[in-house]
Amino acid sequence: MTGAPATVSLLGMAAFFALSIFALAGGRRRLATPLVYGAALALSAMLHVNAVVALVAAAPAETLSLPMGLPWIGVHFRFDALAAFFVAVVNLGGAAASLYAIGYGRSETWPMRVLPLFPAFLASMNLVVLADDAFTFLVAWECMSLASWGLVVAHHRTPDNLRAGYVYILMASFGTFALLLAFGLLAGPFGNYAFDAMRVNHPAPLIANLALALVLIGTGSKAGLVPLHVWLPLAHPAAPSHVSALMSGVMTKVAIYAFVRVVFDLLGPPAWWWGIVVILPGAASAVIGILSALLEQDLKRVLAYSTIENVGFIFVGLGLALAFRSNGLVAMSVLALTAALFHVLNHALLKSLLFFGSGAVLTSTGIRSLEGLGGLIHRMPVTAVAVLAGCMGISALPPFNAFVSEWLTFQAILLSPALPQWGLKLIVPAAGALLALAVALAAACFVRIFGIAFLGRPRSDAGAQAQETDGFSRMAMILLAALCLGAGILPGFVIDGIGPAVQAVAGGQMPHQAQVAWLSIVPIAQSRSSYNGLLVFFFIAASALMSVALIHLLASRNTRRVPAWDCGFVDPNPALQYTAVSFAQPIRRVFATTLFMAREQIAMPPPGDAAPARLRVRLRDLIWDTFYVPIGSAVGIASERLNVLQFLTIRRYLSLVFLALIILLAVLAIWR
Amino acid sequence: MALIADLAVQGLQMVLVVGAAPLLTGTVRKLKARLLRRRGPSIIQPYRDLLRLLRKDAVVAENASWLFRVSPYLIFAATWVAAALVPTFGTGLLFSWSADLIAIVALLGSARFVVTLAGMDVGTSFGGIGSSREVMIASLAEPAMIMIIFSLALLARSTQLSTIAAFMSSPAVGLRVSLAMASVALVMVGIAENGRIPIDNPATHLELTMVHEAMVLEYSGRHLALIELAGALKLLLYVSLIVCLFMPWGIAPAGTGWQTHLLGAAAYLGKLTVACVALALFETMVAKMRVFRVPNFLGAALMLGLLGTLLLFVSRGL
Repeated sequence: MTGAPATVSLLGMAAFFALSIFALAGGRRRLATPLVYGAALALSAMLHVNAVVALVAAAPAETLSLPMGLPWIGVHFRFDALAAFFVAVVNLGGAAASLYAIGYGRSETWPMRVLPLFPAFLASMNLVVLADDAFTFLVAWECMSLASWGLVVAHHRTPDNLRAGYVYILMASFGTFALLLAFGLLAGPFGNYAFDAMRVNHPAPLIANLALALVLIGTGSKAGLVPLHVWLPLAHPAAPSHVSALMSGVMTKVAIYAFVRVVFDLLGPPAWWWGIVVILPGAASAVIGILSALLEQDLKRVLAYSTIENVGFIFVGLGLALAFRSNGLVAMSVLALTAALFHVLNHALLKSLLFFGSGAVLTSTGIRSLEGLGGLIHRMPVTAVAVLAGCMGISALPPFNAFVSEWLTFQAILLSPALPQWGLKLIVPAAGALLALAVALAAACFVRIFGIAFLGRPRSDAGAQAQETDGFSRMAMILLAALCLGAGILPGFVIDGIGPAVQAVAGGQMPHQAQVAWLSIVPIAQSRSSYNGLLVFFFIAASALMSVALIHLLASRNTRRVPAWDCGFVDPNPALQYTAVSFAQPIRRVFATTLFMAREQIAMPPPGDAAPARLRVRLRDLIWDTFYVPIGSAVGIASERLNVLQFLTIRRYLSLVFLALIILLAVLAIWR
Repeated sequence: MALIADLAVQGLQMVLVVGAAPLLTGTVRKLKARLLRRRGPSIIQPYRDLLRLLRKDAVVAENASWLFRVSPYLIFAATWVAAALVPTFGTGLLFSWSADLIAIVALLGSARFVVTLAGMDVGTSFGGIGSSREVMIASLAEPAMIMIIFSLALLARSTQLSTIAAFMSSPAVGLRVSLAMASVALVMVGIAENGRIPIDNPATHLELTMVHEAMVLEYSGRHLALIELAGALKLLLYVSLIVCLFMPWGIAPAGTGWQTHLLGAAAYLGKLTVACVALALFETMVAKMRVFRVPNFLGAALMLGLLGTLLLFVSRGL
């Protein structure tokens, strides 16, 4: 790792692509799976270490250009601190997914459909982060979309997967289109597509506003921002689980990188209301995402919806940073941006961990619906511990990691009365309330999935026969769980690590945390707020151990095992337990009656009839119905109308071409 | 020397909260009984109950996992740490900087997370009903609490509980609408979080309306003792929180001598008594709500908290 992190990264990416080609050639061999994933693990680990070293050493930005791509433009790469942070996140997720897949990939029925695309997917995500001109960026972005699309439809015999892939590719193309237009606007009249040029030439306010909207649409559709999220809960679960982990944990972060890069780095000074434009969809995503997760029974789809919530959380942080920045409040902007980037890392770790857990459950039982699971803590003890850590982490409970980033976000919100604009004064506390609601609902959601899937009694025979997953998968999960706890206990080091990345785009960084006494974190001042994950963890552990010791010394130590008491009610049938649907019923009734038009229909047979009573729950996805169904039907109608164009004579086609030419020339003449 | 004094205050506080928590529960029970013209059990009955539970064998369901047996310790530990960080007789807590008010609430959230999981571990219908209702109540109570914290933190310019408590006992605080709203909301959240009437009835079993008792139905012996103690600690925590924020008179500031602390302890005892009487009176006067009325109750708390915060945001600009 000597001073040339950009070169190392580029070589790593080239190696990834070579690995893809190797997998294409030899993927049918049985040995190919461990070889490909093992090599991907080694490469990701190397790239991760390379990026972390560059980040910690605060290496200066390094640029590289290769004589490829479009003539006169070439291909430009830039490895600055922001890119280093995201390269580290991408490859940490990639390394964990590769390690997991060495074991998990053995159960893959179609290795040829997964193996070649997996390294290409990793490489293209790295490439997006390193790109330094719009052309390279968009090509890498499309590679990323296509590779992930190929992985989504890998199991193409499952009918839902093809629809998921279709919706995904449509939304991905739409997002890229928006980004293409945004870069077109930023490149200006002379078509200067290098990021360096964009960084210097700030566009006119109108152009900047338009570009912001387009970038928000383009990156938001990839990250899963409401209302552009509809593809995400379809596509992320459809892929094999280690790819789901990459898509949810890492690819959404690449989209966030793109947003940060363009809006904070290239777009110039923000207008004050940009914050609102970003905060509002973020807060809406947080609440709608987690509510949808609570109403969903499919384990992997629950996790995908929870991704939407977390992405919303990150966008609120970014929006706050923009709002502070537009008012020249650099220190506060830095705090909000640090919180957002910290959450980027946390969510990448946690969501990868949880998707690995769901994959382990899926291979071991063949069941994705929560309603068939139960009692897995007995059959899969290691997986259960790791998933429990993930569930506690993502519910933002101390001493785990996501609590710290959400705590930092709340601290940033508490600084926002300093903002002078009335719009922000009203929006920010409301967004804070929505975030608090989302955090509380997230705890409910993850109690629900852990409680239903891992606790209680098995709800199906397949669920009762579950076996613990293989060693590689367990290692990957335990590693991630340990990292989640570590980042929660020692958040100061993470904040210091993020520092240079924040410095690169926000023009400042948080006070150095590693020197604070007792490894606390102090965002602004000791008297204002501080948190010490290490001490909290130590206190909990110490008081728990103390109570264990005292009770075992002084109190009765005997334990008797008897059938469950349940108030004397004997229920031998596991079907009498609470289910995923019934667990969510109170919350559904409170929150979803208006937001999702949740309705319950009870069909009760008349007395004396032995037919079963039925309770049917109906939900409507209002966003799908309001936005997507009309667009879909409009496209359908238009294509039917235009269908006649397919059957014209050659003369008519020629005249149409001529007419089009005339019109274009006329437009040009008037424009000039 | 100062460090030793601070450590002594912190240690005393840790022991005090555990020691005093059952007394608080016992006093409230006694007062409620007297208000109903019953004799009621002695106020030290909770201690006797705990001792009796500790002496008994733990009876655990056959299919209970390790989580079921570990949970009581975790619940107790998290609640204890949270309770030890809320100022009672003095604000000079040595470790108050290790977790601010948001973290204290999140610690209680951790305890709740574990208790709801424990309720689902055996796979009985009562455990499920309790857990599912508890998370519904929490999903409204937690954001309300965060909004209350926002109001307080915006006023005191800090989320550190010690700093807020010192600010509230200083003359700088004045009379504020936001504080009034926050205090009402905090009392409502406290009632809901502790499962008191009208949200939940701590004295019932075998009712379809119960929440907390349904979750811990399978527990017995030492495990139940720990959960009961954690419940008592949580009540003490909320009472301490309300009195240190909204009745801060007499609380000993950091770094003062033992006389002030003695005075603070006496004042704290008086305030606890007042809180007991108020809680008992309130619980005797109202009837328990239907479960689906609870969201209205807590929604009101959330709105009060949000309004208080909004007012502060807006008034800062004037």
